[in-house]
Amino acid sequence: MQKVMTSLQDVNPRVRGIRVSSQSALQSLAEKTTREITQGVPKPFKKVIDVSSGDPQRAGMKPNSFVRQVLAVCLCPKLLREEGLPLDVRLRAQRLLEACDGESVGSYTASSGLPHIRQTIAEFIMKRDEGVPAYAENIFISSGAQRALMVIVKLLSEGEGQPQTGLLIPQPCPHTLLPLLDEAGVMAAPYRLVEEKSWAVDLSELHRASTTSRGHCTLRAIYISNPGNPTGHLQDRKSIEEVIEFAAAERLLLLVDEVYQDSVYAPNREFISYKKVLFEMDNHLRETVEMVSFNSLSCACVAECGLRAGYMEVINMDSGVMHFVDTMLCTDINAPVTGQLALDLMLSPPKPGDPSYNTFAEETLLTRATLAQNAQQTLKLLNDLPGMSCWPAMGGIYLYPRLNLPAEIREQANMLGLEADVLYCQMLLQEEGLILGAGQHGGTTGSHHLRLCVLVPPDTLEEVLSRISSFHLRLTDREHNGSYRKTKSRSNMLSSAEEIGQSYI
Amino acid sequence: MSVLQEIGSNVRNMKQLENSVLARRTTQIKEELRQGVRKSYKEVIDVSWGDPHKAGVKPLSFVRQVLAACLYPQLMDGDKLLVDVRQRAQRLLKACTGGSVGSYSATAGIPEIVQRVSEFIMRRDGGVPSHPENIYICPGSQWALTNILTVLVNPKASPRTGVLTPVPCHSTTVLSLTALGAVVVPYYLREESGWALEVEELQRALDSAKGVCNPLALYVINPGNPAGYVQSRKSVQEVIRFAAEKRLFLLADEVYQECVYGEKTEFVSYKRALAEMGRPLSDRVELASFHTASKSLMGECGLRGGYVELVNLDPTVMKHINSLFSTNACAPVLGQIALDVMMNPPQPGDPSYHLYVKETQHIRTSVAENVKRVDEVINSLPGFSCQQVEGGAFAFPRLFLPPKATKRAEEAGMQPDTFYCLRLLEEAGVLLSPGTDYGQKEGTYHIRFCIMTSLEIMEELLRRLSIFHKRFMKEFS
Repeated sequence: MQKVMTSLQDVNPRVRGIRVSSQSALQSLAEKTTREITQGVPKPFKKVIDVSSGDPQRAGMKPNSFVRQVLAVCLCPKLLREEGLPLDVRLRAQRLLEACDGESVGSYTASSGLPHIRQTIAEFIMKRDEGVPAYAENIFISSGAQRALMVIVKLLSEGEGQPQTGLLIPQPCPHTLLPLLDEAGVMAAPYRLVEEKSWAVDLSELHRASTTSRGHCTLRAIYISNPGNPTGHLQDRKSIEEVIEFAAAERLLLLVDEVYQDSVYAPNREFISYKKVLFEMDNHLRETVEMVSFNSLSCACVAECGLRAGYMEVINMDSGVMHFVDTMLCTDINAPVTGQLALDLMLSPPKPGDPSYNTFAEETLLTRATLAQNAQQTLKLLNDLPGMSCWPAMGGIYLYPRLNLPAEIREQANMLGLEADVLYCQMLLQEEGLILGAGQHGGTTGSHHLRLCVLVPPDTLEEVLSRISSFHLRLTDREHNGSYRKTKSRSNMLSSAEEIGQSYI
Repeated sequence: MSVLQEIGSNVRNMKQLENSVLARRTTQIKEELRQGVRKSYKEVIDVSWGDPHKAGVKPLSFVRQVLAACLYPQLMDGDKLLVDVRQRAQRLLKACTGGSVGSYSATAGIPEIVQRVSEFIMRRDGGVPSHPENIYICPGSQWALTNILTVLVNPKASPRTGVLTPVPCHSTTVLSLTALGAVVVPYYLREESGWALEVEELQRALDSAKGVCNPLALYVINPGNPAGYVQSRKSVQEVIRFAAEKRLFLLADEVYQECVYGEKTEFVSYKRALAEMGRPLSDRVELASFHTASKSLMGECGLRGGYVELVNLDPTVMKHINSLFSTNACAPVLGQIALDVMMNPPQPGDPSYHLYVKETQHIRTSVAENVKRVDEVINSLPGFSCQQVEGGAFAFPRLFLPPKATKRAEEAGMQPDTFYCLRLLEEAGVLLSPGTDYGQKEGTYHIRFCIMTSLEIMEELLRRLSIFHKRFMKEFS
């Protein structure tokens, strides 16, 4: 008699097809390492540091006081009378509570979000885009931008009896994107960003990708992130116009991931939204190009990843289709109310003259300055290391250096069935207790990269850079001295890689 | 032409709820009231969702204080917060990544909280072991259910995957099944027997699926939603045996397990019943059990904290479940914290215990009183009949509509119970939901309303409903 009823064969093929990212394998190894440290196993480091994903608070960045104070009052309305808290905090909390059913953050909201918050978002967008109209009913709040993206991707996903839907995606792309497409059963059609031009978008490459993929799938949309994730590239108006025209000509839905719009630090550069650019193009385009733009609570200076909220604005979408967006969101019930409220605080912060303004401005300034300085410092260090080169990022919170690895490492990686940058990250974790992300090229270009989040407290950055330096110099030194093959590190490398290899099965 | 014109049929088939028509009209009415339009009521009573806070139930102090302290730790300076609040907040913050509720946690949930969930389950089930690695904390139980269904349902399968689903059933589950491309195979609960789940009916449902789809799973709700039944131990065991025989994956939606009324009623979890049935069943039957912070006395629906516990799954299948859950970031940390407090409330001797008991007792007593009042009032109105509400958050009385009323509804292009609800909304300012949204036996009509309300709101609700109902029945007699 068969012991279990549901075996592997019964599992939805789409779920079976979700690729195991190198990221999750690294995370497992990190958890194991942390456990071992707690158990007293000696390691060359005291603590694992993880800068592979965009979670500034994980690394010790402090949350925004205004946000936390208002939310605390919303959770504990008795604090409305707490004179120790600034007046504007308490007034805002009161207003937000009034927007909640039962005046409680514990009540359900409409699936697309609290109307009050949707309105705040619309007003923020109008202000950002200097008057281009935005309407609350085109705004949908979700439990994070990824969830909103999933709704749209599922809408695009084919009906029965049709070739698989395809989505043009940049290479490199956010590390969460490919598993999302796997789950939705949508094919990824990559277009390469041009590394030599600071990861710019190239129109002829878009055309090439489009032509090549049309044979295998029904191309229905193009995804792009601006500022780029993980590249940090910021598109100028001309580049944005090109993408818009391309999408219009190819009849593709434009999905613009603008979650890092708040984090631009290159001097003399400013974020300009796809929507604004679109509205300044000719009438025909303005009225017909269908676009969805995403933003998130996790990515702003506020960076409240744990609160889980984001939103999308849909532009020029058929109202019949928008109805389904709302229906799809129903199955999540609603985004967490505390996250929704935090969106209000993020997009409608204290103004000059408000009691909380000075503290708020200081904290925000400090965060931005930290980001800019860290980026600069990291860029210099990485470019000084032999076999590493990095383009300056203009925004976002990552740097994405290129690795020119010694032949031996590439061979070892090959033997282990891993990408060389994945192997590099594993070894870095084993030897230095530091987690970086590996590149996103999937072996197609033969180039290798790392991804690291630089929005961390300055002393954490010092430690991170020191560990990278140490490790990298040791690695290249080994190779240089020809002693590489003979060192113990090879067996370490093999055993840790085997461990990781197991979790790929 | 929109590039999105060709939406997959799975999505297109997701039924628009009658409730949304009512909800839209409610928004308009609220606006009219704000503008001073005269009506026979000053505000709308909305009991259409299982949302206690919306219906006047107050949040519990302890959980809110802990959450506030976790968000803004400076609140813990001085003695304004009681010691146990501060200790709990500090312990939880320490367990959070980066010591902050603003960081992502591990995908399955903060390990310490997952551990406490498994301990809660063991305590609840009299010691039946529960393993943390089989537990996933999610933004609500429905999210977890959708994930499990995603694993089980192959949208491209032929024949399509079927899931046995009760009638009546709450609407979100049906929406999810449709979106995933599964076939809903309805089995009818027997209203006259207190909404009993009968194995013969399960068999009939299974037989009806022959040639239509391939049933893989059996979804049960216990305590029920919308119908307020609580399955007996015997009934639970029968369902387990059926699932085992027919090789069906058991999906047990047990979110109302804290909401059980009446001295004779006892909630027995599917997991416990399964364990008590011994081998081979206890090793073999595959089970997913769902619970949430939304539906306890805490009623923290907006915070989005729920979990699923998986039992007897093949390890290779678990690996894929893991990768699916990993495609999303974690459940909101505040929701996870609410879950922790629900699983481990203040204990005797703790400084917050006294207030905690006072608040929970008040809610329990109010709801018990509400159940009694609903029984008294509804069952005394001609044209209504309501089964005993043994558990859950709702009353689901049956409406016997006069033929004239059903005819009028048809003329208006509406379901008769929707018609009734719309009139109730317009004339009495009460929003509840029509049975049509949950499924019901052909030719029968019902309404659903939340009973986890304050005493005052329930009294007002029943008052308005009685007056309206008598008038309505007279009008259409």
